[in-house]
Amino acid sequence: MTYVDAPSTERPPAAARRRWTAARVTGLLLMALWALLGLSIVYMLVAGYDPEKIARYGPRILNGIWVTLHLVVLSILLGALISIPVAIGRLSHNPIIGGIAFGYSYFFRGTPLLAQTFLVYYGAGQFTAALKAVGLWMFFRDAYFCAVLTFSLNTAAYQAEILAGAIRAVPSGQWQAADSLGLRPFTTMFKIILPQALITALRPYGNEVILMIKASAIASIITVLDLMGQTRYAFSKTYDLQIYIWAAVIYLITVEVLRRLWEMMERRLTRHLRR
Amino acid sequence: MANYMELLSFGDSGWGDELASGVLVTVTLALATLPLGLLIGFLIAVAKNSTEPLLRNAAHVYTTIFRGLPELLTLFLIYYGGQMAMSALWRLLFGHAFEVNSYLAGMIALALVFSSYASEVFLSAFRGITLGQYEGAYALGLSRSRTMLLVILPQLVRLALPGLSNLWLNLLKDTSLVSIIGLTDLLRNTNIAVGVTKQAFFFFFVACSLYLMMSIISSFGLRRVSAWAERGQGRR
Amino acid sequence: MKFANTLVTAAALLALSLGGAAAKEWKKVVIGTEGAYPPFNYVDTDGKMKGFDVDIALALCEEMKVECEVVAQDWDGMIPALLAGKFDAIIASMSITPERKKVIDFSEKYYNTPPAIVAPKDTDIKGVTPADLAGKTVGAQVSTMHADYVEKVLTESELKTYPTADEYKLDLANGRLDAANDDSVVLSEWLKTEAGACCKLVGMVTPVLEIHGPGAGIGVRKEDTDLRDMFSAAIKAIRANGKYQEINKKYFDFDVYGG
Repeated sequence: MTYVDAPSTERPPAAARRRWTAARVTGLLLMALWALLGLSIVYMLVAGYDPEKIARYGPRILNGIWVTLHLVVLSILLGALISIPVAIGRLSHNPIIGGIAFGYSYFFRGTPLLAQTFLVYYGAGQFTAALKAVGLWMFFRDAYFCAVLTFSLNTAAYQAEILAGAIRAVPSGQWQAADSLGLRPFTTMFKIILPQALITALRPYGNEVILMIKASAIASIITVLDLMGQTRYAFSKTYDLQIYIWAAVIYLITVEVLRRLWEMMERRLTRHLRR
Repeated sequence: MANYMELLSFGDSGWGDELASGVLVTVTLALATLPLGLLIGFLIAVAKNSTEPLLRNAAHVYTTIFRGLPELLTLFLIYYGGQMAMSALWRLLFGHAFEVNSYLAGMIALALVFSSYASEVFLSAFRGITLGQYEGAYALGLSRSRTMLLVILPQLVRLALPGLSNLWLNLLKDTSLVSIIGLTDLLRNTNIAVGVTKQAFFFFFVACSLYLMMSIISSFGLRRVSAWAERGQGRR
Repeated sequence: MKFANTLVTAAALLALSLGGAAAKEWKKVVIGTEGAYPPFNYVDTDGKMKGFDVDIALALCEEMKVECEVVAQDWDGMIPALLAGKFDAIIASMSITPERKKVIDFSEKYYNTPPAIVAPKDTDIKGVTPADLAGKTVGAQVSTMHADYVEKVLTESELKTYPTADEYKLDLANGRLDAANDDSVVLSEWLKTEAGACCKLVGMVTPVLEIHGPGAGIGVRKEDTDLRDMFSAAIKAIRANGKYQEINKKYFDFDVYGG
């Protein structure tokens, strides 16, 4: 950890690194443990390969992946729409509007998504007659729509915080500069502030999408047959733990691929900021 | 209104005592998970901060897995898979089964999730401590472990606290998932109350409010802890 | 799980050979039940496990002269928990179906009651044939023979499965479900309660042997054949000495043992 020969491009011969340090042994042991775990899972999946099960539950699982995907995409998009007024409220100087937006955001971020889902799904079921009277029962009757509604409201609260935080992070000099150029506040917002804010918000948005994919498994609890729901169905028929392992692999791949793609996109969009 | 008050009363006719015992289970589960999660998270962060690539990679595999899996799936894997593996192992060693009950499974699963996020928080806190701090401590003749304990750790706590506070609030919410594997936490007892009384909206609303209350109380507590941790920073 | 099973069996074999090859002496039997299936098994307001299943379990243990402990387990984890060794026997109104027999073993039946279909009072469902229920949403508890029946016989209906009976009852009351399929005794007990006032019995379902099996039995791990035989013998004994009829009378005004 000395900086004396900083300009030299050649690294000094790493003689010390060849020693069996404690860190190295631990690292090796842990990697061996992961490899062992990975191999035993592969073995389990290969040894337990059962064409009959694949034929019976494979299509259902694929269908579950599809349901999970559109559930997440729909919730994220609807949540983005709802998050705009909430974010405006969070930035507002009016105490009433600010208070309402804060209350909304605090409620959805401070309570478990599972409890919110139950509140919407079974809570709505209690008001069947009233909902039928206003023609909304068709919507609330379907567990899928209840899940979309809950997830959208939930992610909207998080997205609003991301958006509001990113807008606040834009230096006030940008507002003043736009002002002195005679731009209207609306134009300033959409042409100057938001483009800069969205760049800062990119990373938290990516995290939110990943959190939503993971959280969407909760929909299975209210009878939605998403990836988790189909997995639970297959497990309840076969009592075969492999099915959970398959689901775990699918979720991991989805999240990891998305994370990498997002990172690539972020790197591309922020290349003008790099030195 | 009186009707609702009666539903929440303590005793045989009301559900107040059931909800209260549920809150107790939720809070104790979160509190029991916290030290385990912090410890594992800290060790993983140390590993990620190591100069040894093998150790770093092993730690990254850990976070990739437990941050990538849905919490619900981790819970099921531990509850069912962990049970089978432990039982097989225990029978081999001691000749009888080992019970992974829902409390233990919940605690382990939540600690795995918590620690993988906590390790990232600790890691960025590590990076917030300049090399000069280590060099200064070594120059004073402190050993590696004493440097860690006396110089690095106190600063680490201050830097990591905001991130860890968020994780604590997430942990409190994630405990609700344990109701799915049969632990009688707040949400589970709410479900039972709904099953009997059919007052779904009322009871789930009460449950949400109770979770909110736990969050608010935690936030106040955490603010005091953070004021304590920042006490050496002077006023800005 | 095959892999885990092999491991478990290997471990059990090893334990046996180490333990002097003597068959396990059953002094204490842990029994799993659900506690959410009144009147067969439920948790009372004082937090104790009660019901027909529990009473039968205690009577059987007394007959077999073993110490017993009854523990609660969620329905969808029941068989995995038995296989994993959390308990030694399932007495939870579990029917002896061919699908389950692939993974666990059963004693002789200890009761047999027919399934039934219920629906909201204002329903337009006239009967319980597949044609009557075509296009309807039918609820059932997950991984039960009732869910199986809807899937295999009522092919024109949409099946929705729920973790416990409580949840499908909620969705039946609020109108998300057009009908539900469960045990006739369970359903008629529920219809008598305030919560069941929403609904009525549409009709009995004729049991199909391949789906419904011969009745509810006591589930044990496949290797515990001795325990299975002990339970079968004890059921016979309590039916002969009148203990069974005594418990039967406590809960029902008809003979649940069935033909």
